[in-house]
This record gives sequence, structure tokens and C-alpha cells, in this order.
Amino acid sequence: MAGSSAKQVLFEPIFSNNPIALQILGICSALAVTTSMSVSIVMCLAVIAVTAFSNLAVSLVRTQIPGSIRIIVQMTIIASLVIVVDQILKAYAYEISKQLSVFVGLIITNCIVMGRAEGFAMNNPPLLSFLDGIGNGLGYSVILLFVAFFRELLGAGSLFGVSLLPVVNEGGWYVPNGLLLLPPSAFFIIGLAIWGLRVWKPEQVEEPDYKMSRHKAKEAF
Amino acid sequence: MAKAKDTVSRTLMVALVLSIVFSVVVSTAAVMLRPAQIQNQNLDIKTNILSAAGMLEPGASAQQIEEMFERFDVRLVDLDSGEFVEPSAVGVEDPMKYDMYKAASDPQMSTNIPASEDKAGIKRRPNVAKVYTLSENGELVRVVLPIHGYGLWSTLYGFISLEGNLNTIEGLGFYAHAETPGLGGEVDNPRWKQQWVGKEVYADSPSEPQIQLVKGGVGADARDKEHKVDALSGATLTSRGVQQLVNYWMGERGFATFLQKLREGEV
Repeated sequence: MAGSSAKQVLFEPIFSNNPIALQILGICSALAVTTSMSVSIVMCLAVIAVTAFSNLAVSLVRTQIPGSIRIIVQMTIIASLVIVVDQILKAYAYEISKQLSVFVGLIITNCIVMGRAEGFAMNNPPLLSFLDGIGNGLGYSVILLFVAFFRELLGAGSLFGVSLLPVVNEGGWYVPNGLLLLPPSAFFIIGLAIWGLRVWKPEQVEEPDYKMSRHKAKEAF
Repeated sequence: MAKAKDTVSRTLMVALVLSIVFSVVVSTAAVMLRPAQIQNQNLDIKTNILSAAGMLEPGASAQQIEEMFERFDVRLVDLDSGEFVEPSAVGVEDPMKYDMYKAASDPQMSTNIPASEDKAGIKRRPNVAKVYTLSENGELVRVVLPIHGYGLWSTLYGFISLEGNLNTIEGLGFYAHAETPGLGGEVDNPRWKQQWVGKEVYADSPSEPQIQLVKGGVGADARDKEHKVDALSGATLTSRGVQQLVNYWMGERGFATFLQKLREGEV
């Protein structure tokens, strides 16, 4: 990865090397927090902040970290940043932090954060690592907002809490699809998003692991 | 890879410095933001109380909420005797600081509810509850009571607000629950909550609450319609939970004794 330009590390993770769609990381929170747009946006900002600053911090001390404890060092940095983000949300965005509940804390276990710290920040200079963190956070956000858009619109008939499709319970005509408010629906939407992305960028399609050989045995009648 | 940074002393050194630096970062953030967080939590509780009492205007500022809430008296009530107790009896100075849900898990401050009477599914009940009364010109016009109980997936926490006659419901709302979104989660639907307004808790006996959640809606000429509320469609168990928990808290093991004394002007 050496020699990659700033623009590349910032924008590549959005579509070409998306952490959710190509690497299939960070699915857990993508299922949990995507029932509404406003909650998803806050989650995205939190993840962008954590990936960017943890990458920066890891990269700054990368020459000092002994190999034997490097994972635990990265975890300490990430965990501390997550706690700080959680505290800030509780102080300034209380309503949303209540809805996000444990999922802010669970950013610690988000494989994207850890993966970027170990895979990129350990071998690259601080500024580039910082941009890489933002880029991967953005890639995560794109998918999250895509999922949240459909889940909130079709599941609750609204976007950002503003009612667009008046639902039957409130005297409108739209019968909301309850499945979309439940976590499994995010799997379908993420699956469809990956399909769409791979049609657009066929180089992301993986080689099949094996191929069925032609059926040759003669069968008895 | 330079060998120098992999020695034991160097490893310990890095671990130590890192721990110190980040513990300072984390504790600074926690300490600096603490006041804002406590303010948020208190504001949240006050918002819930006002919203159950139907006094919350949409888009009210923090200051308006504080001012509105100032009009309430926060009192502590011993649920067995139905009488007000001093905050010092539960070891706090300001009644706002008393947490009845924390008290419910303290054996000294709570009572076991026999399974046969545990309609709300809460197992233990605090001995002392926190109530909010609103008086105008010396006359009691509104009482907001905390209620909680088990629905389908979760314990629902909320408030019920009664008019000055201590029988007519003025509003009901849940501020914490994890019922199925779109089904049981509709307990938050303002249209559904609106149905509770004007319903009556008691009929003849002041200790037997009569609230029922019924299927298929409450017709204009339904019998006892003043006690009936339309159940949530597709959420039988949540509806049953809500009915049970309202009746539990309005019943003898809940606030009935207190309400009776309040009605007779004894407390």
C-alpha cells in the first residue's frame, strides 16, 4: 500500500474498496442502528471520528509500539476514543445517544476500526492514516445511510422523522412494512447494495471457489 | 524491525506511558462533561413527566420545560401506609435525587411481591415511590405517578397522570421500553395515547382499578367504555402487559391507598 496518494486513500474506500460491501466488516452495527436516518448519521459521525483519530494516534506512535503488545495498544487507543465519543454524545446529543445505547460502546469491536489501525496506520505516516480513517468511515457511512434510507422510508413512512408516506395508523394510506424495522431487513438491503455495486464495478466480483464439473456419469433408467 | 523496541523493559515502559496518557484523556472527558450529562438526564425525566401530563408543547426549550416543571411538587410516598415521607427517610436531601428503581433492587428498601399478585411482572416493589403533584390556588389539580411493568420483551417504564379527582386519566406515556417496533412499539403512538385521556380508573371501589384494553376498538355505546381503551393491533402481549401494569399500580399494592388518603384529604 506504500506510495498511495492522499486522494486515493480518502476516496477509494467509498466505492472501490468499501469496508462493508467488499470486506464485509462492521455488519453488526449496520443492522442495529439503521432504523432511522438521524440515528444513523450520528453513528456514522461517531465511527468516522473514531477511525480517523485512532488511525492518527496509532500512526504517530507506530515506530514505538513493541510488536508483542501492538494489538492491545491499538485496542487501548480505540477504546479510549470510543469512551470520549460516548461521553460527548451523552452531553450534547442525549436523545440520540439514548437510541444508540450500547452501539456507540460497541464501536470498539467494529472490525473496520481495528482493521484500519492494524492494516494501514501501523505502516503509514500520520496524515495519510488520518485520511484513510476518514475514507473508511465514509465508506461505512455510505452503506449505513443507504440502508437507513430504505428502512426508514418503507418501514416508518418517514425520513429524518418527517412523515413522507402518511401511514395508516395516523390516518394515511401507507401500510408500513414492519419487517424493515427489524434487523434482518438490513441483510437484504446490504445484499442488494453489494449486488448493485458489483454490477457497476465487476472487478469486485470474487472468483468462484470451485466450479461444478459437467455431469458425465450415465444414469440408469 | 529494530530489536531495541521489543525488549521487556521497553514493552513495559510503552504500556505504562500509554495507560497513563489515555486514562488522563478518558477521565478528563468524563469529568468535564459530567454536569452537562446530569442536566440532560434530569431534563429528560422532566420532559417525560410533562409529556405524560399532556403539558409538553412541541419544541419547548429546556428553559420552558424547567419552568413548567417548577410548578410541580415532588413528594415521596410510602406505598403501604399511603402517606408522604420525608426525603431523609430514604437517605436523600432532595426528593428528585431518590431513584425508586434503584431502591427496588435493594432488599432494605423494597418488598417482594407474591407471584400471585405480581400482575405487572416486576417481582420487587420499592417501599417508597416518587410522585409529582400539581396544585393551583391550594387545590390539587393533577398527580403524576410512575408506573412500570413487563410487556412482551421488556419492562416498560412510564408515567400516568390523573386529574384532581384522582380517577380521570389525563395522560399516559412510556419513556423506556424495547417492544417490537411497529407493533408493541406503537405504545409511543400519540394517537393511541390520546385514547387514554378522559378514561376513568375506578368504578365503585376505590381500590379496584377497572382499566381494560379491548380488541376491535371501543364503540360509542360500549358498556363500561369509560374504562376501556382500544388494544394495540398485532401486539396482544404488550397490550396485556400495559393493562396489567396500569391496574397493578392503581391497585392496592400500588398507589390505591395513597390516592384514597389524598382524596379524603388525610395526607
